[in-house]
Amino acid sequence: MEFLPTLWFVIIAYLWTGYLLLEGFDLGVGMLMKLFARTDQDRRVLLNTVGPVWDGNEVWLITAGAATFAAFPLWYASLFSTLYLPLLLVLMGLIFRAVGFEYRGKGNNDAWRTRWDWAIALGSLVSAFGIGAALALTTTGLPINDNGDRVGGAFAWFNGYAVLGGSAVVLFSLVHALGFLVLKTDGEIRERARRQFLRWMPLGVLPMAVWAIVVHSSGGKTVTWFTLLLAVGGAAFAWIMARRHRDGWSFVGMAAFLAAGTTTIFTAAFPVVLPSTLDAAFDLTVANASSSGYTLSVMSVVALVGLPGVLVYQGWTYWVFRKRVSRSHIPAAHTVRAQ
Amino acid sequence: MEALELARWQFGITTVYHFLMVPLTIGLGLLVAIMQTMWVRTGKAQYLRMTKFWGKLFLINFIMGVATGLVQEFQFGMAWSEYSRFVGDVFGAPLAMEALLAFFVESVFLGLWIFGWDRLPKKLHLATIWGASTASILSAYFILAANSWMQHPVGVEMVDGRPVLVDIWAVLTNNTLLVAFPHTILGAFSVAGGFLLGISWYHLWKRRRDGIDTVGPDGKVLVGSVAKTGRDTADHQVWLRSLRIGALVAVVSFAGVAVTGDLQAKLMFEQQPMKMAAAEAACHDGTGFSVLSVGNLGSQNCDDIVAVIEVPGMLSFMANGDFATEVQGVNSLVPQYQEQYGTHLPDDPMYGERAGMEIDYVPVMEVTYWGFRMMITFGAMAAFAAAVALFLTRKGTVPESKRIMQLAVLGILAPFGANAAGWIFTEMGRQPFVVAPNPDPNGIDNVFMFTAAAVSPGVSATELAISLIAFTVVYSVLLVVEVKLLVKYVRGGVPSAMPELLPHDDGPDDDSAGGDPTRKKGDGDVLAFAY
Repeated sequence: MEFLPTLWFVIIAYLWTGYLLLEGFDLGVGMLMKLFARTDQDRRVLLNTVGPVWDGNEVWLITAGAATFAAFPLWYASLFSTLYLPLLLVLMGLIFRAVGFEYRGKGNNDAWRTRWDWAIALGSLVSAFGIGAALALTTTGLPINDNGDRVGGAFAWFNGYAVLGGSAVVLFSLVHALGFLVLKTDGEIRERARRQFLRWMPLGVLPMAVWAIVVHSSGGKTVTWFTLLLAVGGAAFAWIMARRHRDGWSFVGMAAFLAAGTTTIFTAAFPVVLPSTLDAAFDLTVANASSSGYTLSVMSVVALVGLPGVLVYQGWTYWVFRKRVSRSHIPAAHTVRAQ
Repeated sequence: MEALELARWQFGITTVYHFLMVPLTIGLGLLVAIMQTMWVRTGKAQYLRMTKFWGKLFLINFIMGVATGLVQEFQFGMAWSEYSRFVGDVFGAPLAMEALLAFFVESVFLGLWIFGWDRLPKKLHLATIWGASTASILSAYFILAANSWMQHPVGVEMVDGRPVLVDIWAVLTNNTLLVAFPHTILGAFSVAGGFLLGISWYHLWKRRRDGIDTVGPDGKVLVGSVAKTGRDTADHQVWLRSLRIGALVAVVSFAGVAVTGDLQAKLMFEQQPMKMAAAEAACHDGTGFSVLSVGNLGSQNCDDIVAVIEVPGMLSFMANGDFATEVQGVNSLVPQYQEQYGTHLPDDPMYGERAGMEIDYVPVMEVTYWGFRMMITFGAMAAFAAAVALFLTRKGTVPESKRIMQLAVLGILAPFGANAAGWIFTEMGRQPFVVAPNPDPNGIDNVFMFTAAAVSPGVSATELAISLIAFTVVYSVLLVVEVKLLVKYVRGGVPSAMPELLPHDDGPDDDSAGGDPTRKKGDGDVLAFAY
């Protein structure tokens, strides 16, 4: 197996993991705007826990997409064109969500805020589902021909795995966000988030675990037995720690579950990046979908320079905004009037 | 409509729209960084207010750029999969560089800037806006590197029918890029300059109308103060400084835009002669610079076009710097293109129904001809207006006239128009190629791609129609929302970004709007800024 394409497969798996770990909780917080928050003040607490960081989190998606384009153009072209409509929904969801975050507090009336609450919640739901479906389908297969183009209609991609992956990311994001709120808020919101986390967490991680088992059972290697076990252990650890009010450790457990889960999925799928459900000969693999060695080495240098920096300054952002947000911190809504 | 047309309309609409937000983000970001620097250096109230007010408008606009930017990256794969496969080895790299080296910095540091007021030490906080602003300019560089490669492919070799990157440095120092980058960045500053100018004019005018500022017998302003609404003397300084900075930035950047535009045109006469001939609707060789051409430009038939007024020699000067060399017209370029790149599209399934069809090498001349002229006219108008504004405001305020104020506000649109027209011209002028051939004799052979071959073969026209309609509707609604919010915050003046300027007993609904009455001030505050 060639080194550089394999390295880039690992980098892309890493980018997706980082994306799901970070944007996971802000997608979840977005959905919780409708499912968890009871008052406008609660919603503002939720919004402000992710306010400084959500945009930086979303760049992991942009980077994962661009890195796939640069390192595996054939994978990028086939996956994105085959999933045309679901990705359209992802884009729409992300647009409404982003604009909602910024514009929600800039209106003066309840109708305005309610509209944007729905935009944030539904936008987060739809984009989480679409991204999960896309990731699941790239590991379980799509009806593509020898050129990598979709065979069949606009919904030829739709199957149970799409639903499985979609619900995996939606449910994981929801419980991950509850765990995040336990860490980032105080008072009644925090206690309620902990109760909800303990109640829903086992269900929340289930579809992602099933997805990992599905991919593992079709292309698993010895090591994926180990990572699968690690994922289950991480989830159990997260739950136990949450019960003991060790919230930081609980969050670490969730991160371990996710990282071990995606490692299982990507490792089991390797070296195929997008299987064809029509003929295994049309499978896109790390070897046949990648860019030239020169491009990959250029990109490796860029990643070597860029990624550690990202970890440092993004980590620093979390440190700067480490304090808990509670209702008492929320200032009065600011009404803008013409001078 | 067929898939290809739908995909092109979609790319055009989403890109022009995205590029309404981008230049304002790039230009205003740097200006806000400069304002904040002036505040940190001098400690003067007006600079803090300028930073906060323009920073607020910057954010309202920035988020729309972010939201629509993701569409740009995704749609290469979604709607243009053949293009992505063909160019992926070279085109993806600058996009990934943009994400890894620029956009991460921009997003993370902007988050720190928005929420970091009072939480970060003053100078560190200042550094965050500089980081974000510099990164947005770096972003532009990488994106333009990708675009310039489509205009003028370099640094690649053809291997098995696909261009393979052999020299990334050549791509990052493409001569097309080296002129397109300053041209675009200066264009962005002209947008920000016009934005500052128009809005500040409105506020200075309103201060006069409300009787706060008056004009003395020597024509100099007598600044008044109404502290209750935050319209004190520092408020006057905010608008006057902003107006003059904006006008100056606009004048200087337009001069730079003209210089870089001229360099770009000269390069384009070499690299894409057909684009420039179409920009002039120049049919026969040696046509002069057209001031006005009439006839049916859209008919694509050169016999129909009559140049009513033309300046002899001018086109030659634009292309070569002298007045004598004949510039090739469309009529003599078409056979050359046909000889080099074929008369018919190859009989390849990748061209779909278009396989074997005759190639029309002439871009839509209505668009190139008028696009080129709109770009120059809007730019020149705005530059002239900015210069006039500098003169009219030399005594410290704006004229009383409501008409002139309305013109100044309307003038905000001119640089936006110039930017959009310029992009429409250069992208439409490249047709029928999506990757234009590089005619340099020492260049690369046969690296080019027809737009007709670039669209996703597996995506149906129905899907494209759905997304085209969805984007158009959603983008239109969001544009209305954005403009309404901008107008609202502009009307609110500085207090819309700094409510602390207003006395507390100002409004009855101030405390009933959801604030916790037990809310503590001072050390307990974890939010320097709250959504």
